[in-house]
Formats: sequence, C-alpha cells, structure tokens
Amino acid sequence: MQFMLLFSRQGKLRLQKWYVPLSDKERKKISRDLVQTILARKPKMCSFLEWRDLKIVYKRYASLYFCCAVEDQDNELITLEIIHRYVELLDKYFGSVCELDIIFNFEKAYFILDEFLLGGEAQETSKKNVLKAIEQADLLQEDAKEAEAPRSVLEEIGLT
Amino acid sequence: MPAVSKGDGMRGLAVFISDIRNCKSKEAEIKRINKELANIRSKFKGDKALDGYSKKKYVCKLLFIFLLGHDIDFGHMEAVNLLSSNKYTEKQIGYLFISVLVNSNSDLISLINNAIKNDLSSRNPTFMNLALHCIANVGSREMAEAFAAEVPCILVAGDTMDSVKQSAALCLLRLNRTSPDLVAMGEWTTRVVHLLNDQHLGVVTAATSLITTLAQKSPEDFKTSVSLAVARLSRIVSSASTDLQDYTYYFVAAPWLSVKLLRLLQCYPPPEDGAIRGRLTECLETILNKAQEPPKSKKVQHSNAKNAVLFEAISLIIHHDSEPTLLVRACNQLGQFLQHRETNLRYLALESMCTLASSEFSHEAVKTHIETVINALKSERDVSVRQRAVDLLYAMCDRSNAKQIVAEMLSYLETADYSIREEIVLKVAILAEKYAVDYTWYVDTILNLIRFAGDYVSDEVWYRVIQIVINRDEVQGYAAKTVFEALQAPACHENLVKVGGYILGEFGNLIAGDSRSSPLIQFDLLHSKFHLCSVPTRALLLSAYIKFINLFPEVKGTIQEVLRSDSQLRNADVELQQRAVEYLRLSCIASTDILATVLEEMPPFPERESSILAKLKRKKGPGNLHPDLDENRKERSVNGGTADHSSTTSNAKVAASPTPSTDLLGLGSTITTQNSAPRASKGASLLVDVFSGNIAAFPVETPVSVGPVADENFSSFLPNTPQVAYANATLPTAEEPEDKFVCKNNGVLYENQLLQIGLKSEFRQNLGRMYVFFGNKTSTQFMNFAASVVCQDTLQAQLNVHAKPADPTVDGGAQLQQILNIECVSDFVDAPVLNIQFRYGGTLQNIAVKLPITLNKFFQPTEMTSQDFFQRWKQLGAPQQEVQTIFKARHSMDTEVTKAKIMGFGAALLDGVDPNPSNFVGAGVIHTKTTQVGCLLRLEPNTQAQMYRLTLRTSRDTVSQRLCDLLSEQF
Repeated sequence: MQFMLLFSRQGKLRLQKWYVPLSDKERKKISRDLVQTILARKPKMCSFLEWRDLKIVYKRYASLYFCCAVEDQDNELITLEIIHRYVELLDKYFGSVCELDIIFNFEKAYFILDEFLLGGEAQETSKKNVLKAIEQADLLQEDAKEAEAPRSVLEEIGLT
Repeated sequence: MPAVSKGDGMRGLAVFISDIRNCKSKEAEIKRINKELANIRSKFKGDKALDGYSKKKYVCKLLFIFLLGHDIDFGHMEAVNLLSSNKYTEKQIGYLFISVLVNSNSDLISLINNAIKNDLSSRNPTFMNLALHCIANVGSREMAEAFAAEVPCILVAGDTMDSVKQSAALCLLRLNRTSPDLVAMGEWTTRVVHLLNDQHLGVVTAATSLITTLAQKSPEDFKTSVSLAVARLSRIVSSASTDLQDYTYYFVAAPWLSVKLLRLLQCYPPPEDGAIRGRLTECLETILNKAQEPPKSKKVQHSNAKNAVLFEAISLIIHHDSEPTLLVRACNQLGQFLQHRETNLRYLALESMCTLASSEFSHEAVKTHIETVINALKSERDVSVRQRAVDLLYAMCDRSNAKQIVAEMLSYLETADYSIREEIVLKVAILAEKYAVDYTWYVDTILNLIRFAGDYVSDEVWYRVIQIVINRDEVQGYAAKTVFEALQAPACHENLVKVGGYILGEFGNLIAGDSRSSPLIQFDLLHSKFHLCSVPTRALLLSAYIKFINLFPEVKGTIQEVLRSDSQLRNADVELQQRAVEYLRLSCIASTDILATVLEEMPPFPERESSILAKLKRKKGPGNLHPDLDENRKERSVNGGTADHSSTTSNAKVAASPTPSTDLLGLGSTITTQNSAPRASKGASLLVDVFSGNIAAFPVETPVSVGPVADENFSSFLPNTPQVAYANATLPTAEEPEDKFVCKNNGVLYENQLLQIGLKSEFRQNLGRMYVFFGNKTSTQFMNFAASVVCQDTLQAQLNVHAKPADPTVDGGAQLQQILNIECVSDFVDAPVLNIQFRYGGTLQNIAVKLPITLNKFFQPTEMTSQDFFQRWKQLGAPQQEVQTIFKARHSMDTEVTKAKIMGFGAALLDGVDPNPSNFVGAGVIHTKTTQVGCLLRLEPNTQAQMYRLTLRTSRDTVSQRLCDLLSEQF
C-alpha cells in the first residue's frame, strides 16, 4: 500500500498515512486531487478506480471516507477489508467511533493504525491482538500518570 | 466538548481543537493557529524548563496544526527530547511527531537515531516496537544506513517477542523498499524463511510480506519458501473456519495470510517437485470449489474476504499459465462474476479476465463472454467499470471477432465518457490496423473515428492512416473516394480535412475521371474548408494545392490565383506566407518535367511499429516519468519518416519529393519540436533558391538530395552561391569533425573551395549506413573521382566499412552520393579514414578525412525504472567497469542542450531516476556483432564551478573508457 487517507464528506482530511517517500507538496496535491475525484463519485459506484498508475480502493463509513492507494498487483478486495478491519478496531477502541473521536484523538487513530499496518502491509490482522497492544500502552500511560506527580520535580531539576 | 474516551486526556489540546472547529472562517482559523504557534514558541523559548507533560502537549498541538495543512518549522528539538523520556506516553508522542514530520528536518537525524538505538536495545518490547514503527514510518536512507544491519538480527533472534518480530519484519520490508542496496542478504535469510512455519499467525503474516518483497529482489535466496508457503496455504485452506480463532475473518480462514502466500508464490514458476505441485493444485481447486459453496454469512465482508482469496488464486493460476483445466475453471468463475449484482465483483472479473485473455489456454474461453462484455459496455453505470470492459474487449480481440468488437467500440465512442475517449480511439485504431483483412475496412474505421471523436484522434492516428494508404496501392483509390465523400459533410472535423488534403493531394487523380469529383470540384471542396482551419492544417492544404498543380494542369490557374491572393502571399503567419510564395514561384518557373519530379507521389514509408501502440502504452501509465521525452522522440520519427526513406533509395525521382512531403507530414514544424521548425522552412527556402538559379546547369539529382539533408550548413551546396565566399582551401573548424558528429548524424563533414562533403547517417543495432554527399562547388567537372574508406591497424578487425562504387565524374555544381555500409564487429576507438581523389582542371586533388563513426553510434536507448537502474548500477560496481572524469564546461550549461546531447549520443535519458533533479542519467546498450554491452551513465553538472562530473558504467572496461572520452568532449 502506498498511502491511506481518511477524509470527511466536506473534503477535510482527518488522517493521512504515507508509506512511500513524497514531498509535502506532492502529498498535498495527491490528497486534493483524490478527495475531489472520490467525492464526485456516486454512492452505488464501484469501490475501485484507476488513478495515475495506482489502484484506489475506498469506502465510505457514515461521514468519513477511507481511501487506500495500492499498487498494480495488489488485491483490491483484501484492501477493502483492511479498511473494514481498521474501522472495526477504531470502533472497538472508542466504542461506536464517530468522526469527532478521530478528530479529537487523532494521535490514537495513528497509534492504532501503526499496530495494524506497518510499512503499508498488514502487521497483525487479529483484532484481539491489536487491541491488546493498544490497551497495554494505555495501561502504561496510566501508570505513568500515577507516577507523574512525585517525579516531575526531579525531572524539572534534571532538565534545567 | 466531546468526551475523550480513553487514555490520557490532554485538556489543552482538546480545547485548542474545539477552538479550531468553532472558527467560522479560514481567516479566523489561521489567526487562532498563529496565536497558538506564538504561545508554543514562547513556551519553548522561555527560561522556565517545561515538564514532560507540557512538552508532550505542545508537540501534539504542533502535530495537529501540521496535519491541518500548515507548515511547522520548530518543535523538532522538543520532540526529539521526548524520545528519551522514560514515560511511554511522552515517548510515543515524540515518535509520532518524528514519523510524520522528520523528512523536512534532517539535522536532528543523529539524535533521533541515537534515541532509537537506545530503545531497540532496551529489551522492553513496547519501546522496541515504538522504535521499529518509527524506522518503518520514516524509512529514510539515513535510518537504513543506521539500522539495516541491526533489524534482521532482532527479527531472527530466538528470544524476540512475537509482536517485536512482526514489527521488525515489516520495518525491514520498508527499508528494503526504500534502500534495497543497504539491506544485505546474509545468514538471516534462511531463518526468515522458516518464520513461515511459526506458530503465531501474526508473525507468519508479517514475514510473508517481507519474504515476498525480498524474493522479488533475489529469488534464488528465497527459493525454499515455496514449499513452506504451499504447506502453510494448504493447512489454512483445509482448516475449519473456526480453527484459526481470531485469524478467521467473517468465517474465512486467515484471508490476509492466504492472499499473501498466494502472492509470494507468484514470484516463482510452478513448483518442480511433483508432490508440492500436486498439493498446490489441490489448494487452488479447493479455493475454486469454495466459490461454488453457499455463503456462510450474508455479510459483504464474508464474500469480500472469500473472493479476495479467490482472485489471488486466479492470479496465481494465470501467472503459472500451465494448467489448462484450472485456467478454464478460473475463466468460468470470472464469467459468473461478470453478471454478479455486486459492481465491485463485475469490475474485478473484467480486470482479471483481461490477463486471462492473453493465455493461449484460456483465450477461447474468454471469447465466449463477448456478448456479456459488450453488454457491460452499454449498460454499466460506472465509468470505471466500462473502462474495464473496453480493456477486456481489446484484450480478447482477434481476427475472428475484430469486426464485431471494433464496431461495438465505435458505436460506444459516440456516447463514451470524455475521460476515456482518447484511449478508445487509440485502441480502435490499433485493432483496425492489426486485424484488417481488407484495407477498405481499415480506412472506413479510421474515418469513422474522426467523425465520431475527431477531437480525440491524436496525430499518430491520422499519420498512420496516411502511411498505410501510401504503402498499399490497392486501397488508394478507395481512400480518395471515401475522403472525398466524407468531406462533403457540411461540418467536418479538422483532422478529416488533414487526411483529406493529404490523400487527395496524392491520389486525387484516381477519382478525377468521375465528373462528380473532377479536379476543380476536389479543389473547391478542399478550399471551402481552408478558412475554418488552423495554421498547420492550412499549411498542409497549401502543399496539397501545389500537388494538385502537378496532378491537374487544368486547375493550375485557379490555384495560382488562390496562392497569389493577399491573404496567402501576405499572410501574417510566416510559415503560410513562405509556402504560398515558394509554391507560387515553383509553379511559375518550373517546367512540367521538373514539377512532376519534385511533386512526385510519396514513396512508400518504411514498415515500422505503429507509433500508436507506443502512445497507448504511454497512456496506460500516465504516472510515467517522461512523456515529454517520448513526445519529442515520436514526433521526430514521424517527421523524419519521409526524409529517412527518401535517402535510402538512390532513385533520384523518388528522392525528389522530400521537401514538400517533409512539410506535409512535418506540420510538426510549426507545432511540435522547436528544432524542426527552422529546419523545415530552411528546406523550403532551399527549394526556391535552387529553382531560381540556373536550372539547366543543375541536374535533377542535385537539389534532390539537398532536400532531406537540409541542414543549416547545406545552403552552401547551392551552385549560385558566390565563389568568393570561400577564401581558404580548408575552412578552419573549431572542433575535430569527429567530435562534432558524436551527438548528431547529419551535417557538413568537410569543405574547401572546391568540394563540400556532407553526411547523413543512420544506425541500427550494430549496423549503420552513411550517405556521403560530394558537392562540386565549381562550375567545372571533376574527373577520375574516387572515394574509398580505409580502416587502419586494429580497426580493421573491429569495424567493417563497405563503400558502394560511385560515378567517376562529378559535374560542376552537382552533387554525388555515395553509400557506405558499416558493421561494428567489436568495440573500437579509432576512426576510419575517407580518401578522396579527383582531377580538377588538370591537377590531381587528394583529400583524406576521418569519418565520424564512433562507438556510441551503435547505442540503442533503454528505458528503465529507477529501481532497475540502481540495481544495474550496483551490479556494474567493479572498479574497472566504472570510468569517471571531471572536466570544465566548454559551452554554456543549458539543461535542454545537455538533454539533447545525451539523447543524441544515443542513450535513453531517464527522468526521475537521480534523486537530484539537476543530474542527468542515461542508459542504453552498445551493439556489436560479437557482443552487447549494457551502459549506464550519469552526468552531474555543477553550475557554480562550471564543471561536470561524468560517470560511465558498462560491463566492458574499454567501452566505459571510450564512451567517457567521447561524451566528455561534448559539454
């Protein structure tokens, strides 16, 4: 997979993950073009399209479009299910996920994606395993929070 | 304020995001962001050290601002600091920021790498994963340099946790994609292959992706993965849907892993071991069988996952292309999908069938679905699906169904979406040509193309129809009649006027016997379109008119009248004005014989691959790197078509037409390459000069060959050029003639006050042909004229040059042509010598000139991708294969000129290969009789220092050296 984009019906980008090196300018141009192309398509149309030399796989969930760009030999249907699995993961983590969850917790959306996909390939397809990894991390955060108060003084000294 | 559901809320961040969302306008948003940026900046710069939490919060805000699309130019240092925090949550945000933003700021890379190194050696799996994710996300070269050796060790170490193995595998995959040269194969590769046997399916999934990527690079090293992959696949396919627990997805056992395994197997041919092969065939059959079973769930996820595996299995079957029964079963399965209610499946079935159509085993089976596909073309509501249908019709077309398919595509064209019209036009044009049994059908088809979609008919298409009509006598009359009829339409497309003008100009006489298409009617018809056309078309029509004067003397007066009108003679467009002036003059002074010779019917074009095919290939990959380059090349081949040919025939009559005919096809001169424009008009002006001079003293052969080689230098061939212009016996030349011709094939080789020697040459693979033109600049005949070629010493064995005998006399003001056939036997350095001897006014003249036959003439350009280039570059890494030189620029360092020189040198210019866009990279193959030598070159200009560095890598040291010497003299 070359990249994944999440954007709203209004065309606002909510998440962008690039698995190929591209300049900022190229990224912006690609996102703009692609968002426009996909928003112009009608609901019953097929989920795949050729775009430049890539295959685009996209699906809409409520107000959000999930869109992946894969290479010529890649499998469209399994990519469609990668999108679905990611949505399931978000849903499970946030509890009926909505666009706002992704806006306000964008860093979480990135962390979950990294546990699921890495370098553009599926890293762990088991929902349980991915969520376990994320929950462990959250646990670590909470531990850290508890430990925060007594330690912060020390750290401040360390930092100055 | 929405609920932050989990983890650590950063209240400040949530407030900020809310504020942004509440902004009513873009300006308000920018204002709010600037305020926040100022705030963060002051916090970062403040005297008071920030605690980890605040730092994390601000870094996260910066990240949010960046993701909104604003530039962020600070905060990197703070993010790097977070990496070394021992609090997970801070470290995590630090890594996220680095992953998203680091490319733009690489000064910190060593600090980042340090932090990563610490985390990798921390033995804390959560920290290790964060670090590996970061490497995989950034994937930069610096990171590859730092970690490409360490990551494989982590991957195969016995005590590495499963989750870390997964991250390490995909991290390595990413590094291999971005910097394949840095990922060295080693002892670890065998152990990676054995990960396919791992108990943890997540590990197997990640490892399969990695192995697939590596196997594409070095298949030998991973050959053993085939049997393991088949075994694994077999276990998955035969498992009950619940066996794999959480790896079962909507009742489909491990679909991702299955797809990946099938993909891995596509890196290899069918297994040779019978048992493994049998087991694989069984798997594929099972997958095909499952497609016929009733679904276990109504959910679309179930059918998608199941069909994803099925399509990948079909891809593997097509890839192997060895089991007819499986191929036919695959085809039948896809046939069912063609009529499925799911648009996605119809789309994929059409796509997959396209590849199936090219297999000899299944081509016939695919053809049985023609009606369904045609129906799809007519009834699908989604343009991307219709596009697939067009592709499939194109792929399944053969002699048996060509007429039907072409007819369907033509009728679809009338209503087709604008976005795909050009492609359909190209496809129809190709099919019509490829499967034409009688060429009247072909002509009809192309004219229909112009009628239905004239705007989308590119130049290649109409050039091609003209080439074909000219080359085939049997269709010329029909073509003339058909275009004549088509032109009757009150509104016809300009492309039709072009084709019509050209064809009537050549073959109008074939229908002139019919009173309904008498010469005058033909002319009036063409001329009625004249004022509606663009300049290039008008230029073409003017050429058609002059051809009419030759074909039909009876309309000469009418046409001269038109040419003479102010709107032509004083046309604001220089090209039109020039043509009108020259043609008028030509028609007035030249005798009928000369007219007949100059305006002779076009000679047949050399048979060559259709340029339309090339165009279609390009269109298929619009992301392709160098459309401009190809564009130029193509134009040149089309323009050059006539000129090339005319010089290959020694027949003077045939050669007589090039000037006007080059113009006919060379409309390009005004609209395409800048180079050809002055050349074409120069050619035209020559023509006039020639005929305003003393024609009697000027045998037909003479002006004739001037036409095709029309070059700025050649005007001095003309007999009426005053002799005084040549003061010295030899003209001082700034460069060795050899150097001058390295990047071009035509021009003046030598000149003194008696004689001028012009060259025109063409090379293909290891063969070449050179036309040497000896121009007698005096008014006295040269006697006992003889020219021979000598290859001295070692060159004798390396190069064969055979000179065809030429006339022993050259009349005053005339020109003699001699043909040299050249064969390159092996690579060489020296140049052959051309010895000329003749008697002029009683004295014997001896002249010896080096012929500019250099090794690079036997170059064939090779296009390749960046990846291929670097792979080969690496392969040619031995010290003796590389020759490098650094030299001072002797000409201005103009990019376009440099490009032209590299292309002229014979190599393909590869755009987008070198990471530095100001460098030039080229590739090609030197053909000799004994061997072929692949050559890569790289030219790095340094405009500040006015220097170049040139590097050549070829598989032969002598070739590297010679090419480097030749090319470095050019800049």
